[in-house]
Amino acid sequence: MDFLVANFGAILFYVVATITVAAAVGVVTLRNPVHAAVSLLLTFLMVAVLFVMSHAEFLAAVQVLVYAGGIMVLYLFVIMLARIKDLGPGKVFLSGLAPLAVLAGVVLGCLIAIGILLGSMAAGDGGAAAMTAVDGEAIGNTEAVGWLLYLKYLVPFEVVSVVLLVAMIGAIVFGRRDAALAGAGEEVEP
Amino acid sequence: MIGATHYVALSLILLCIGVVGLMVRRNFITVLMSLELMFNAVNVNLIAFSFRLGDLAGQVLAMFVITIAAAEAAIGLGLIIALVRLKDTVALEEADEMGG
Repeated sequence: MDFLVANFGAILFYVVATITVAAAVGVVTLRNPVHAAVSLLLTFLMVAVLFVMSHAEFLAAVQVLVYAGGIMVLYLFVIMLARIKDLGPGKVFLSGLAPLAVLAGVVLGCLIAIGILLGSMAAGDGGAAAMTAVDGEAIGNTEAVGWLLYLKYLVPFEVVSVVLLVAMIGAIVFGRRDAALAGAGEEVEP
Repeated sequence: MIGATHYVALSLILLCIGVVGLMVRRNFITVLMSLELMFNAVNVNLIAFSFRLGDLAGQVLAMFVITIAAAEAAIGLGLIIALVRLKDTVALEEADEMGG
């Protein structure tokens, strides 16, 4: 029992990490699209738990609201609107290059792992107080992120909002029925 | 004690699962979901280092990544709807008009 209490953080991390990886494997292997989407949802929620464990409470809330709330609903809408019943594994499941793809993934992983092992890793956890402070003044995590976002990172923030606007217009254009059904190369009538 | 290495390792595993899924699966839905997995791997990395280095900039960057991921999901799902209308399938082999 003492062991559990003393190592609660580590045990929680390993449990959450295991569930995350298992759910991620489910996302890329499951055949039923709804099951894959729910698996993705589980991954998002577990990543939100990891955010809380790293003292990023505001980001965890955003993760749950935007990913689990917004993006997942969008995915499920499309899966059900398009009546996608089955994601494979017929002819379309594995391309002929599948072994090469797996090999490439493993090689990429090994390369990054070597980079991690060779590089100097940030040690300890010096940041718990810094997560909730601006200029040394202790406030909440949300407020601290807000100050940084709207003062130091105001220009990137505006650029990202323009990107969102463009994406919204693009999604509307793609979704228009006449645009989707127009034949390739057909001229618009004068 | 859980150090940054653990988080980076988890992020690495998630990223590799995403990469393999992106290359192996041949339907649009799974490819988009693999992309989301990779975005999340990057976010785990950013948040872990933000905490370890005591720098809030990582959290702000992660927020930008989430925004871009939302934009990507909107565009990608719009493309899926258009592809299903046009071809009645989500298989990427069917979308070969541009000679890919």
